[in-house]
Amino acid sequence: MDLKLLDAEPSEAERVVVDLFTGAGRDQLLPALHAVNDRVGWISQGALNHICRVLHVPPAEAYGVASFYSLFSLTERPARIVHICVDLACRLNGAQPLCDRLTDELGPAGARSGWLRSPCLGVCEKAPAALAFEAGEVAKEQLLAPTNAGEVIAVAATGPTRAADGRAEVPQAGQAGLRLLKRVGVVDPESLDDYRAAGGYAALRTALRLGPADVIREISDAGLVGRGGAAFPTGRKWDATARQPVRPHHLVCNADESEPGTFKDRLLMEGDPFAVIESMTIAGFAAGCSRGYLYLRGEYPRALHLLRNAISKARERNFLGEDVMGHRGFSFDIEIRRGAGAYICGEETAIFNSIEGFRGEPRSKPPFPVESGLFGRPTVVNNVETLVNVPLILTEGCEAYRRIGTGASTGPKLFCLSGNVRRPGVYEVPFGTTLGELLDLAGGVPPGRELRAVLLGGAAGGFVRPDELDLPLTLEDARAAGTTLGSGVVLVLDDTADLGGFLLRIAAFFRDESCGQCVPCRIGTVRQEEALHRLVGKRPLGTSAADLQLLREVGQVMRDSSICGLGQTAWNAIESALDRLGYAVEAAS
Amino acid sequence: MTIVEIGLPKRLVEVTLDGESVRVPEGVTILDACTAVGKSIPTLCYGDTLKPANACRICMVEVEGARTLVPSCSRKVEPGMVVRTDSERTQHSRKLVLELLGSATDLSTTPHVDEWMSACGADPSRFGPPAPPAADRDDRRPGEHEEVDGSVAATVRQPTKVDNPLYVRDYGKCILCYKCVDACGDQWQNSFAISVAGRGFDARISTEFATPLPESACVYCGNCIEVCPTGALSFKSEHDKRENGTWDEEAQTRTTTICTFCGVGCNLTLHVQDNEIVKVTSPHDSTVTHGNLCIKGRFGWQHVQNR
Repeated sequence: MDLKLLDAEPSEAERVVVDLFTGAGRDQLLPALHAVNDRVGWISQGALNHICRVLHVPPAEAYGVASFYSLFSLTERPARIVHICVDLACRLNGAQPLCDRLTDELGPAGARSGWLRSPCLGVCEKAPAALAFEAGEVAKEQLLAPTNAGEVIAVAATGPTRAADGRAEVPQAGQAGLRLLKRVGVVDPESLDDYRAAGGYAALRTALRLGPADVIREISDAGLVGRGGAAFPTGRKWDATARQPVRPHHLVCNADESEPGTFKDRLLMEGDPFAVIESMTIAGFAAGCSRGYLYLRGEYPRALHLLRNAISKARERNFLGEDVMGHRGFSFDIEIRRGAGAYICGEETAIFNSIEGFRGEPRSKPPFPVESGLFGRPTVVNNVETLVNVPLILTEGCEAYRRIGTGASTGPKLFCLSGNVRRPGVYEVPFGTTLGELLDLAGGVPPGRELRAVLLGGAAGGFVRPDELDLPLTLEDARAAGTTLGSGVVLVLDDTADLGGFLLRIAAFFRDESCGQCVPCRIGTVRQEEALHRLVGKRPLGTSAADLQLLREVGQVMRDSSICGLGQTAWNAIESALDRLGYAVEAAS
Repeated sequence: MTIVEIGLPKRLVEVTLDGESVRVPEGVTILDACTAVGKSIPTLCYGDTLKPANACRICMVEVEGARTLVPSCSRKVEPGMVVRTDSERTQHSRKLVLELLGSATDLSTTPHVDEWMSACGADPSRFGPPAPPAADRDDRRPGEHEEVDGSVAATVRQPTKVDNPLYVRDYGKCILCYKCVDACGDQWQNSFAISVAGRGFDARISTEFATPLPESACVYCGNCIEVCPTGALSFKSEHDKRENGTWDEEAQTRTTTICTFCGVGCNLTLHVQDNEIVKVTSPHDSTVTHGNLCIKGRFGWQHVQNR
């Protein structure tokens, strides 16, 4: 390709990190942008130019990609920046006053004052949270959670430190009967020996003995469905991919956990990283994939470190690579890809575009990923939690697995409890546990408060009232009740919560995270936010009833005509606040 | 001799369009099927010389059994498919899409949009008074936006970009249909001078770092203007005439001829007003270049007028 480049040269530091990509292709665009951002903190014209030269990418396209991700800056900014989470759980736990303090002391959010507002950082159990970043020869990141203004101001001044991160914490750690969380908080996540001593890699051995067809049968018979939100039968997905004659197939582990209020996958990756690697290997074996991509959201530095360690140790011991575990002919390896701040990249086809070095825009379906996915190949995309169920099924057997949960929702399920709750965290319960029982496990709302509502399923989910706590948490019961379990978000609001402000944050979130590709979502999420502001602020254009009607009509077109699940669900939570919680009920009259 | 590849004979499949059973060749889109039976469906991002972008969502129809509406411009017919182009759901969707577009974008030079709007009773003004034009759209960062209060409706209104003598970019009229990007990129020109940049409502068509066109990879083929459905991209001659009120499409003649510059034989359609060429297009059904030209055919006609 004959490229016309801008008349701008990289600095020496930029040139050095970009030159490491010599010989690579377009799919290394996102890693190259990360490399520059990690080294100098932003992406200059000279650096982008040099990336284009090395990877043979047209500069306009590279600019289009770089400007898609919120963790990158295309204008100069200092090496040190702190991202302050202002999303749902942090909002219920003081993110607003924290930002007010920072505005007073450091100046309004922006590159110059050294802090930025961020969507959900996925540490809702320790809200309010912040992530400090400092570019340099060795980029440093530090999670501050729970944090306060004093700490943020100190870290903004001195930079993050590689503090001794504690082990992943789950309130149930060490309890008998845990399956998904059995090792989390118990074993050393850096040690392959610990993992094996705790039952690790028995399932892969079983899988290799059974062969791909029987593995798929076990997973299908177990009734495993996806845990990322869509609840698609995993066995059917694997089978449809395995049957595609064209080779190779690809596997993508979707670890771009970005649904506000979701942090289960982070805890799994931080507490039991080898389980993720083993599960991916089994999935790759079953579906005929020789390569797995683990797409990890950019805001999870600790998970990144632990997964890198796990992959390299697994390679050393032949759990990855050629002839895995001595099984002739089965080669499988895993590459980690870091996201860069885009909720939409968790959409199952946007993730392909992001990995391939294009803007993270969802693709039109059909064709479906099982036919034409990553690099045009048949591709399996599975969520982290879904995959981690696979070894359980293979070691316990599908019969035993089916006995957990209910007939239509089998197995154990992780729920992320956060918001106004006494013991926030990830909890493992069998499907069918009631919402009330789950809240009791987490200690209920803080003393002296009353439960107001529970947001189930995340920003794309729906609200449940305090009189509905007997709802059994199963896919079928949630559906019948007109809500969804989504990615397992259980966000608790008590009587001190500002519901109007909470809804406005949901609306702002979808506006910010829309990729902008289709009209209903790109403009609809803006009109939704505007109309909701008028409704909450009681400043109607004409009447509040008209604004309410407008909201419903915009919601309907987003649901009916958006390309992907983001736009299709962007109105769910707000609709349920109106219909289920009776929010703004007086406006309707 | 012209050789036309007609391919293998196509099987016919039977589909139901608004209750009427029709037989159309396998592999055609729902839009093709509708066109074949004389059913008109509005389109904006659909391009007869481009792959479907699926972006504008104005051509959505209802397919029995599908959870959401489907874009008729790209969804292929399947045997037994039951399609409704006029259901309450499709009408609501079309109306809202038009209202959303109209509330955010200047559609004053978009052909047919007025008819479509009045046909479905669309009223873009119900989202509130439009926000004033913004000069910072090229600098907006993904994942954040200025705080709003709902008193005005955000728009993409912005200053027109006039940075070269040949064509003008008025992105206040841009609906982000991707057609210019596709025509400039791998589908036709392979210049890759522009891309979609930014995200969400702040997504925009841009060169790298919004650099002016003369410093970009643009080769001034004007194929982006050819496919632009809203007039966001226009000849400088057209733009200037519209500005001073002398643009008169009714008074123009269109004459299709063959470009004299080289031996390729591209077809040119000269748009002439007051005995002066005011713009040049190219027939999309021309087998030579399918509506595409180079800078000479598109813009190199001043010598004709050296009288």
